[in-house]
Amino acid sequence: MDKPKFRKGMLSSIIPGLSLLSQRGLAGWLVVLGFIMVVSIVTMTAISPWVAPYDPSALIGKPLMSPNSQFLFGTNDLGQDVFSRVLSGGGIMLEVSILSVIICLLIGVPLGLFSSYAGGLVDRFFCLIMDSIYAFPGLVLAIAIAAMLGRGVTNMALSIAVVYVPSYFRVIRSQVLSIKEMPYVEAANAAGAKGRTILSRYIFPNVVPSIVVVATVNFADAILTAAGLTFIGLGVSPGIPDWGWDLTNGRRLLSSGTWWVIAYPGLMIILLALGFTLMGEGLSEMANPRLRE
Amino acid sequence: MVFILLTMIFLVIRVLPGDPVMLHFEKQENPDLMDQMRRRLGLDKPLWIQYFDYMFGLFRGNLGESMEDYSSVGQQIFSAFPATLELAIFSMVVAVSIGIFLGVEASKGYGKTRDNVIRVFGIVTYAIPVFFLGMVFQMVFGLGLHWLPVGLRLPPRLDPPSGLTIGSVHFSTGLYTVDSLFEGNIYKFVEAIRYLALPSLTLGLVLSGVFIRLTRSNMFETLRLDYVTAARARGLSESKVTYGYALRNAFLPVLTMMGLQFATLLGGAILTETTFSWPGLGRYIVDRINFRDYTAIQGAVVVFGIFVSFVSLVVDLLYAYLDPRIRL
Repeated sequence: MDKPKFRKGMLSSIIPGLSLLSQRGLAGWLVVLGFIMVVSIVTMTAISPWVAPYDPSALIGKPLMSPNSQFLFGTNDLGQDVFSRVLSGGGIMLEVSILSVIICLLIGVPLGLFSSYAGGLVDRFFCLIMDSIYAFPGLVLAIAIAAMLGRGVTNMALSIAVVYVPSYFRVIRSQVLSIKEMPYVEAANAAGAKGRTILSRYIFPNVVPSIVVVATVNFADAILTAAGLTFIGLGVSPGIPDWGWDLTNGRRLLSSGTWWVIAYPGLMIILLALGFTLMGEGLSEMANPRLRE
Repeated sequence: MVFILLTMIFLVIRVLPGDPVMLHFEKQENPDLMDQMRRRLGLDKPLWIQYFDYMFGLFRGNLGESMEDYSSVGQQIFSAFPATLELAIFSMVVAVSIGIFLGVEASKGYGKTRDNVIRVFGIVTYAIPVFFLGMVFQMVFGLGLHWLPVGLRLPPRLDPPSGLTIGSVHFSTGLYTVDSLFEGNIYKFVEAIRYLALPSLTLGLVLSGVFIRLTRSNMFETLRLDYVTAARARGLSESKVTYGYALRNAFLPVLTMMGLQFATLLGGAILTETTFSWPGLGRYIVDRINFRDYTAIQGAVVVFGIFVSFVSLVVDLLYAYLDPRIRL
């Protein structure tokens, strides 16, 4: 298993030169740190069925036992093992965020490319719509959509995606606007290349780094929004272990002083969101060195 | 823009798969009652007529009737709104004060340990779910140390402050801090602040990261400008130079950010209100979601949207006022 090599190779195929991480100073380390955090949480969630000491949904202990040698993180009000639930509770949140980022990519990227390249009225139209969504409180919009669509991973991902598509659109649009004026695009145009070819061969590859940055930052947003939706009662059904749901459930128990029921799932959400934020922070500094100032 | 937004909300609620009336009744089939409700709420008309009804209603301040008991949604929102406004104002004050203070401190020690610690703090605030922070505060400051109350706007035994009464004219803002001052009741004012403390600190802290970053980078640039050096050369104290001279220029982008962040703030307010049982608009939406009251949800979302647009207008005007280089 030479995982690190594979990882570096994969990333550097996305952004050429990323393998020089150690030479990038603080930004490089941020990316590495964030990446390690995210990968370890994903791994932990993936292997949890084999390593968790108890079945996360089984009622095995007395309710609300404080952390002890048998139950490392204690038990919740139903007598479920908090430690096992923490290990496996990232599944839904990861599914939702990955799916919503994919939806955003599939909608936001082509739309941004097309709209800015086409220009004129088409561009104005899309900009107006995107700006309206962008200006609106994201969580409120997500709540409205999620309330209409109902529960489920896909519906949650969809309602989150709608909120964040404009961020992709805006970044890509501004990039394309400047790339469009580059001499090599002009040259391709003069050589008689079709619009589609110019977009996919000449412009798109240059936008990829910014897309990676937006998507990474967006992961953190998606995770926090998913947690928020769950907190409000629009999450996936409560049967499946989920950090967001455990937090929500723990709110009722606050007055009994059972801190362990919420502390661990809460920390996990923070770590996961923090991992993506650090990665995003580092990557955007690399993609745009002037921001360092 | 507001117009497009309203149209979008309409589309989301009425056109997305899922008939509000059907959803409201969940799976209990009761065709008579459902038809009755559709007629009552005008949901049996063609879509475009519904759209115009809704738009005209909005202009007259009519947000429709609740699906729960046919009461006026507008009135309910009107009574919940001040609580959210008060929370939003205080949180923004907290966020901007923390942001500016830490941002200035970071820019002074650029690249040093202090700067890095503050930067990390800023990044971490960004990754914390606001309701989790709220619960931690409730546990530590409320239930653990018993310093501050953990829910509601005033102790249950106190009546809401009545506001200003001059002769027969009665005037109240719904903001408890302001109303209690109008009433001249210092005790209520102190209580209102105490009840506000934890929710606004929670929401403010989570938002402060953006302001720290912005202030830091702007201050760093401004502190290197000639006029700042000149002020120093004249022997002014360092704090006067940073806060009196440099910050004035570095503040403008912060103001813009305040307008932009307001939308985020309102989103966070929904979660904060739920955590602290704060009887505002966010809490109202969450309650209505549980009742599957779609007309009410739609109304509340509309009010959020109009509120955000209004704030961004105010920020633009303020901007022109503060920066003489920009004239409308």
